[in-house]
Amino acid sequence: MAKEKIRIENVCKTYEGKSEVKAVRNATLSVKEGEVVVIIGPSGSGKSTLLRSVNKLEFITSGKIFIDEYEVSSPSCDIRKVRENVGMVFQSFNLFPHLSVLQNITIAPMKVKHMERKAAEAKAMELLFRVGLAEKAKAYPNQLSGGQQQRVAIARALAMDPAIMLFDEPTSALDPEMIKEVLDVMISLAQSGMTMLIVTHEMGFARAAADRVVFMDGGEIIEQGSPSDLFDHPANPRTQTFFEHIL
Amino acid sequence: MQNENSQINSEAKKRKAHLGKLVSVDPRSPKKGPVTIMMTDGVLIPKKDTHVFNSWRTTFFGSILLLVVLVVFKPEPYLKIFQVCASGIPVTFECTIFAILGAIVIGLFCGLGSVSKHVVLNRISGVYVELIRGIPLLVQLIFIYYALGKLAHIEGMAAAIVSMAICFGAYMGEIVRSGIQAIPKGQMEAAIALGMSRTQAFVNVILPQAVKIILPSIGNEFISMLKDSSLVSTIALSDILRRGREYISRTFLSLETMLVVALIYLIITLMLSRLVGLMEERLSSNG
Ligand SMILES: Nc1ncnc2c1ncn2[C@@H]1O[C@H](COP(=O)(O)OP(=O)(O)OP(=O)(O)O)[C@@H](O)[C@H]1O
Ligand SMILES: [Mg+2]
Repeated sequence: MAKEKIRIENVCKTYEGKSEVKAVRNATLSVKEGEVVVIIGPSGSGKSTLLRSVNKLEFITSGKIFIDEYEVSSPSCDIRKVRENVGMVFQSFNLFPHLSVLQNITIAPMKVKHMERKAAEAKAMELLFRVGLAEKAKAYPNQLSGGQQQRVAIARALAMDPAIMLFDEPTSALDPEMIKEVLDVMISLAQSGMTMLIVTHEMGFARAAADRVVFMDGGEIIEQGSPSDLFDHPANPRTQTFFEHIL
Repeated sequence: MQNENSQINSEAKKRKAHLGKLVSVDPRSPKKGPVTIMMTDGVLIPKKDTHVFNSWRTTFFGSILLLVVLVVFKPEPYLKIFQVCASGIPVTFECTIFAILGAIVIGLFCGLGSVSKHVVLNRISGVYVELIRGIPLLVQLIFIYYALGKLAHIEGMAAAIVSMAICFGAYMGEIVRSGIQAIPKGQMEAAIALGMSRTQAFVNVILPQAVKIILPSIGNEFISMLKDSSLVSTIALSDILRRGREYISRTFLSLETMLVVALIYLIITLMLSRLVGLMEERLSSNG
């Protein structure tokens, strides 16, 4: 029995502002080590907010989040240690445009972990090889296609040796012909045993690569289960309606 | 989602097309409308105009030609006037160069203050900017100049440099602020998600990109300062304008002298604006 890696307990997130938005309502979810969990749901259902709470890009309003046995939602927790340990890939890549591909990957290990340049570069080359972009090490982000940029972004996150990887719609900003190259990298990462929490609209990918699929709507986790259970026999009417709309 | 991406691309192109206007390109941030970065009346950077006789060339070579013709064909009195006024050029440059270095330092703090979440710092730089913006430049310069003399016993060139740095530091601060705010929010997020502290992210990720964006604006500011340094001459500096006016008081050749003074300023300014334009082109082509 694999041990529990992430535990989200009764988490709520309300955005304060002119009008309050209850983005996440009472969400409870756990992810085991090596498990690939995909979150799906309509736009505005709170998927990104929930994902971004795990590495504290958003601060939750109530509830608890644990990584291993460590409560990351407690005010005393060292945010930077958490983020070092949790890689994140964004929809809009967010590569650093003033740095080369190699520098994009080495900057965090060098600044945060004080790794030697030589060692950091060797590791970066290894990762670039893994995502199939070794020959682009000297290129700048604006010289790469969207798919290539996103693969560099994955390599950049992996350079910190994270125990967990978060993906927020990694293929949503890509042209259709580039989606596969990114998904392939993610599938091989999943096969290598990485613990992954992924928000995506790629149902084919979810069916093929996910151990578990979570459906969110209106800030709530409505239903979860294995891909075949959820896709083929959704129990909740809201899940059924969602599938009717997208298929 | 697809068109969100193409929107990012097209906005990036727009930004390259005219760096003067900065557009927030982060799709998540609420539309704030374009942020204008040119704060003063710096000479407009010459637009790429392929015609041989574009307006920059016409003005530039026209004024050089006029000056040469005057000096060569009517050396009495123009040669003498030119010699007297041109001897003020190094003074003008010295004052402007040191003043802009001071303004950049002040502007960096002021810009950081105005993007900071620290209420006191934020308020201090806000009030500073409002003060400077609300008082005519000449009044500020004279006031600070006298204040420096009374309180710190600084006079002459040093006082001129300090007063200019204080006045232009506010504008520089606004330039720094808009440069920082032009960097998409995702850059800071990506950096801190990798485990960097906010300071590390700022130094390694935000600032280098912001500098690239604001460099042409700093060039423009330099041109404005060079022109406005003539204001300081009324009280402190023996610069181009001051030497001209002294010459007038000796010879009463007012119109002739001021013509030469104007031409010298014009030629310097046009040359500099060309340099800024070239710098901008280079910056936008490699990144
Ligand atoms: N910074 C914010 N301030 C205020 N409200 C926000 C903020 N971010 C998100 N929201 C709101 O919270 C709700 C959930 O947003 P979230 O981005 O988590 O949804 P999502 O499921 O990721 O949607 P999408 O599929 O469009 O990315 C939405 O109603 C959104 O408008
Ligand atoms: Mg989202």
